[in-house]
Amino acid sequence: MGSTNSTLLKIPNVEVLMRETGFSPAHIIRLHDRFKALDKEGRGYLCPQDFGAIKELAMNPIGDRIIGAFFSPRETVDFHTFVKILAHFRPVDKDRPKEPNSPEPINSRSNKLKFAFQLYDQDKDGKISRDELLKVLRAMLGMQVTEEQLESIADRTIQEADLDRDDAISFEEFRKSLEKVNIDHKMSIRFLR
Amino acid sequence: MGPFMSPFNNLLCMLLGISFTVWFTLLLVFIIVPAIFGLSFGIRNLYMKTLLKVFEWATVRMERGAKEKNHLLYKPYSLNGIIAKEPTSLEEELKGIRRNGSSRDLNGSASTTTGPSPSSSEFEMSDTFYFCRRGIESIVDDEVTKCFSAEELESWNLLTRSNYNFHHISTRLTVLWGLGVVIRYGFLLPLRLTLAITGVSLLVVFTTMIGFLPNGSMKNFLSEKVHLMCYRICVRALTAIITYHHSENKPKNGGICVANHTSPIDVIILASDGCYAMVGQIHGGLMGLIQKSMVKACPHIWFERSEVKDRHLVAKRLSDHVKDKSKLPILIFPEGTCINNTSVMMFKKGSFEIGSTVYPVAIKYDPRFGEAFWNSSKFGMVNYLLRMMSSWAIVCSVWYLPPMSRQEGEDAVQFANRVKAAIARQGGLVDLLWDGGLKRGKVKETFKEEQQKLYSKILVGTQEDRSRS
Repeated sequence: MGSTNSTLLKIPNVEVLMRETGFSPAHIIRLHDRFKALDKEGRGYLCPQDFGAIKELAMNPIGDRIIGAFFSPRETVDFHTFVKILAHFRPVDKDRPKEPNSPEPINSRSNKLKFAFQLYDQDKDGKISRDELLKVLRAMLGMQVTEEQLESIADRTIQEADLDRDDAISFEEFRKSLEKVNIDHKMSIRFLR
Repeated sequence: MGPFMSPFNNLLCMLLGISFTVWFTLLLVFIIVPAIFGLSFGIRNLYMKTLLKVFEWATVRMERGAKEKNHLLYKPYSLNGIIAKEPTSLEEELKGIRRNGSSRDLNGSASTTTGPSPSSSEFEMSDTFYFCRRGIESIVDDEVTKCFSAEELESWNLLTRSNYNFHHISTRLTVLWGLGVVIRYGFLLPLRLTLAITGVSLLVVFTTMIGFLPNGSMKNFLSEKVHLMCYRICVRALTAIITYHHSENKPKNGGICVANHTSPIDVIILASDGCYAMVGQIHGGLMGLIQKSMVKACPHIWFERSEVKDRHLVAKRLSDHVKDKSKLPILIFPEGTCINNTSVMMFKKGSFEIGSTVYPVAIKYDPRFGEAFWNSSKFGMVNYLLRMMSSWAIVCSVWYLPPMSRQEGEDAVQFANRVKAAIARQGGLVDLLWDGGLKRGKVKETFKEEQQKLYSKILVGTQEDRSRS
């Protein structure tokens, strides 16, 4: 069972959380401390302003989209949600046996792609429209490029990825265009022991 | 009734009188007189060694107790943080993505060279992954938030305020802790308050008196002696045990002394070993009184609130001061705010533009005896001073680094960074590029623009090549 730590005991349903996300007890404790550090007023949940206070995130060109990914169907983030979303970024467990009845782990390649997809697809209609693509490009490039350059980049991207010619990129087309990319490496962060 | 009370009253008065006299004599002999002459009996060092032994014992007891009860005692924090951050930059990352397989074919005409030339660096949808990952990494662990909270200790120093996992481990330990509370609040705190009040009053009184003398070497000499004496009393008021290294590099007249900033006590620590001209804003109340009397004895640089915003005025007054070689070296803390003494944040370039010799000083506190960092969002000044005076001691090391000047072709920012790196290296602190102003202010848009510029150079730079060919 391992050592009983009083911090772990204070978190409700922590066993379920560990099983669903695959984080170890040590990781959960550290994430809990981080959660408390971000929750400056000690309310037990986080709001968008708490994330906005992280300076490095505020400097990130797509920082507000990442915050949106935490908050889109909800207004506050409790510890469970916080951990579950961060679990997307755990490295893929290579030696996990494929049980046919168990649900797909949160950090599977497919779920990582779904997370990335929602950064583009802000209106959640399951497709990245040309407009949405332009918005992401503008966020990442700022005022450094002209409107024409942006449009040509967007056009070319859609042309290459859009296989059914509906002028938008669905999730399947998104996945197909990235099939050679090492998603596990690019969308994982290494948690120390 | 009458005759019975009076002998008791007399006895009581006599006892009180005697104890006060003894108290003040001890104070005078052991603390104030040595402070005047800059001597030391070594009492504080002995005190420090005793305390360390007690802390070791306490930690061992706690560890043993924790093992018996199978608790996880310390947080499993390594100093490196929760996650291993990849040290790659945006460019390397994007090159990596391209090399791992892009969905595009490489046109034969574009690639005239073999090797990793970025001729096929065009936008790919996986480019967002880099920014996404960096964003999530900063949510899990970021450098700036850590700088503004007190450092965590690995052993316990019998102060509840620095122990986050305090359980009742053993009766003996709790008794020791209780004894510690009694000593600190019952004995040390009143003693220190007395000394502090003495030190400050003497400073105000003597500097005002010296202010009546005509300007000249006598005035400077006396002013120096008085300032040193009062600061030394204040040092003893905090039971600060300071080790000065490399005193041969002490700042000289006409120079600027820069140091890293952890708390308002830094000023007292530096000023008890040498005379400086202070720079700051005029406050009201007691602080303002002290400032006004200090400036009568020797020229300090105090600004009105309205003048602080005017950068040219500030720069002019500072450079006028350093040009006059008879005036004392200026003491400046370029970080602009208190940092928690594990790292050094960006130095504001104002003091480095003036063009005089800079004398860097590194100050490192030993957190085992009391956390010196002033978290101004959590505690006010009075609260902070009370905490300082009820800690065991303030132990710190001061290193005087060799003087530096701005070199040819180096601008103020590069010079500031060079000085900052030297201070960080000497003090064993982490050298960060972040601005201490981030404690309170919002992030400037320019930082985001930097990242956008970098990314666009990788993409658009190559598009221009394509249109040319």
